[in-house]
Amino acid sequence: MNTGKRESRTLKFEIFRYNPAAPERQPKMQVFELDEAPYMSLFLALNIIREEQDPSLQFDFACRSAVCGSCGMLVNGRPTLACKTLTAQLPERIVLQPLPNFQLIGDLSVDTGQWFRGMSEKVAAWIENREPFDPEAGEAPMSDDQATEIYERDRCIECGCCIAACGVAGVHADFLGAAGLNRVARFMADPRDDRDQSHWFEVVASDKGVFGCLGLMACDDICPKQLPLREVYAYLRRRMLSTALSD
Amino acid sequence: MQDPRISDVLIIGGGLAGERCAIEAAACGLSVTILSLVPPRRSHSCAAQGGMQAALANCVMAEGDSPDVHFLDTVRGSDWGADQEVVRMFVDEAPVAVRELAHYGVPWTRVRPGPNTYIIKGKKVVLHEPEDKAGLLMHRDFGGTAKWRTCYAAAGTGHAVLYAVDSEVIRLGIDVFDRMEAVSLIHDDDRCLGAVARCLRTGNHQSWLAKATIIATGGFGRIYGQYTTNATINEGMGAAIALATGIVPLANMEAIQFHPTALSPSGILVTEGCRGDGGYLLDKDMRRFMVELEPEKQELASRDVVSRHMATVMREGKGIETPFGPHLWLDLRHLGAEHLTTKLREVVEICRDFAAIDPVCDLIPVRPTQHYSMGGIRVNKDGEAYGMRGLFAAGEAACWDMHGFNRLGGNSLAETIVAGRIVGRRVAEFASGQTLKLDTGLARHFLEKARSQAQDWLDRTGDGPSVYALRDRMARIMIGKVGIFRNGTELAEAVSELRECLAAVDSARLRSHAPGMNPELTFALRLEGMLRLALIAAQGALARTESRGAHMRTDYPRRDDANWLKRTLAWWRPDVGDADIGYEPVGLLDLPPGHRGYGVADWIKLPISTDQYNHDVAAAQARAGRLQTAQPFGAQINWGAWKPAAQTGPAKLSAQGKPE
Repeated sequence: MNTGKRESRTLKFEIFRYNPAAPERQPKMQVFELDEAPYMSLFLALNIIREEQDPSLQFDFACRSAVCGSCGMLVNGRPTLACKTLTAQLPERIVLQPLPNFQLIGDLSVDTGQWFRGMSEKVAAWIENREPFDPEAGEAPMSDDQATEIYERDRCIECGCCIAACGVAGVHADFLGAAGLNRVARFMADPRDDRDQSHWFEVVASDKGVFGCLGLMACDDICPKQLPLREVYAYLRRRMLSTALSD
Repeated sequence: MQDPRISDVLIIGGGLAGERCAIEAAACGLSVTILSLVPPRRSHSCAAQGGMQAALANCVMAEGDSPDVHFLDTVRGSDWGADQEVVRMFVDEAPVAVRELAHYGVPWTRVRPGPNTYIIKGKKVVLHEPEDKAGLLMHRDFGGTAKWRTCYAAAGTGHAVLYAVDSEVIRLGIDVFDRMEAVSLIHDDDRCLGAVARCLRTGNHQSWLAKATIIATGGFGRIYGQYTTNATINEGMGAAIALATGIVPLANMEAIQFHPTALSPSGILVTEGCRGDGGYLLDKDMRRFMVELEPEKQELASRDVVSRHMATVMREGKGIETPFGPHLWLDLRHLGAEHLTTKLREVVEICRDFAAIDPVCDLIPVRPTQHYSMGGIRVNKDGEAYGMRGLFAAGEAACWDMHGFNRLGGNSLAETIVAGRIVGRRVAEFASGQTLKLDTGLARHFLEKARSQAQDWLDRTGDGPSVYALRDRMARIMIGKVGIFRNGTELAEAVSELRECLAAVDSARLRSHAPGMNPELTFALRLEGMLRLALIAAQGALARTESRGAHMRTDYPRRDDANWLKRTLAWWRPDVGDADIGYEPVGLLDLPPGHRGYGVADWIKLPISTDQYNHDVAAAQARAGRLQTAQPFGAQINWGAWKPAAQTGPAKLSAQGKPE
């Protein structure tokens, strides 16, 4: 493992600071120095900085195992999950900033939760199923391949990194972005959902949806879960085209 | 925001148990509000990997399974500490609950008909899954179960289930206030009227009044500091605010599970599904020690048993030594790249991200780590807290009590959903029959108290210890003296040292006086509650002079049904700043205490008949504060239904690789 073997380093963190509860203080970058330790992740580093140097520093972690999506931030300009970023992978100078395109809560903490709830409401990101659940009936069969396909699209953890990296989301607040369109694709692939192609056409075949994308594909490059977002766009464009042609 | 805000049902905690309760109550037309530390999809439920037990009997290795077998496995797994009526309610409802989740959209792994290759007890086996089960929910093997029973979605079951359930919450338009932490309950002598919360965006306080309040805040693994698989948010504040009422008891807080396979040194969970799917545990000499130590169940004995064997092997010097302490190996290489990258892909990702290793060709460094809190807020079978009308609890925050002294893997996700359904229904019935008690004076009293507690921290001056130093001391005490192996001497030290920590909270000081949410203040407000939970866990462990499930006393190594077939209850006495410890019977005994089928086979027997034991249970529990339930006490036990299942035993493989 490429940790801890090299000579010990002193890391220089430059961290974005702004507390909306103290608006009289201008946003700034603050420098912290920290001795690197073996296996040090940004989760460990930020907690040490907060507990030993500046207890007012705000950031978000929950699972610290790259499944909950809380800790997206810009690490040397690149959106990623801080918990799974090891300092050994980074140069001595580490610049940390909050994810752009989301409401700032303070320092490195942003409001991804409200953004994603809003997105889910906009695209109705749930199984739309007219049959009520029958507790007496067995489960409807589904091939394992189909379940696997849905699972692949269900793996997004809503960390917001793709939205932060998106050239369109920054200037077009209604753009669903890769995470939103991946969510749509997940429900389109699900046979338990009753919505038909013409419904989805209305949701995604516009500049808020799949045709708003400029094709920069930063989302696909940076997705911390390595979701095939480029394929998702291609899939949705093909489906929208076939729907348009069939009408 | 207006104050107080009003809702029929107030739910504290936006994980699976809370959200499933919310769906049930909202479906009955009640207004429901969820308060959550984090956006619900970031709750720790999302980190559950392996699956959810439900006796659907869909695959070959599940043939003959039934809720009765699930009942036997769960009661034996609990080391007879569970409430058997609750276990019965749970096992009967679990199959419906997983099917409902399929209806919500969970992409469960399905049965692939035809030949399937499995690794069973170290042997590669080809089994033919029948065509008539094609596409039904698949099961995987888990520890302490006689049949394959755990339904799963790769190794991301918690994520898949949480997203499906949360999508229902959004569909129903249920109000969720995220970054909103409940800091106290609003209550009088016997009735809960809501809660006061602190906003983690602004630091402002807000009160809610409700007909019914549900605590579903999960476990409290963070009293072990970093020595836990739990998320940073699992600090047990739900249990702490219930305890702070001085009326509601916490139960079996000493029953703390250590998961055998957390990644070393980060403590991140590696699912039991790895062993369920055929993974091996190896010592430094590449020896499969579990084959010798537990010939019947091998790596798939219950978690308490496997963790103890691992700790012993490491104590004997057979672990791999590192600067971060010893570990053992989890070997998945023989499962093959295809299986690992599909059925266990989250494990591959975790190993890659946090240990820079590839389980396809590398061994995984693992060691037992605090994982689950069997104890919690003591509730009756309806989920209603002892001693307080209108307060309910569900999921890991509650001691309902279907896990006793050891929870089986796959039974916690299942509990969140099953308890969510059952408790949610009871809450809906309760709230529908109540008028809202709009005691704004009481709400203001608790609101002002919460505000002044926060202000008190900000007003302190001088040079006392930091809140983080006290937290670290608590964590060292807990992992060092209230761990896998316990003894009277160390537990007594732990109790006295935790009392010192608790006394030191008054002299602790903040370094930051930043306006707004102030992360240091946010933690400081939790510290005293966390220390109380830790102290009660240590006191309960010290008093319990036996070994049962995860509670292992080296000075009292046998289970003692003559003296300890009972549940610990702890009430906080605000006037004395310490806990009162009491006991109640575990519940009605349907399956009589016996050998679990793994682990130690020697125990001190119950000197009376189960009938005699059962005779006094109802009255004794009522004296401890158990409120009346919708169904009569004991009505949901299906007496003796387990008997035919107890004859059949576990599925065994014949020489041809077919189950007998």
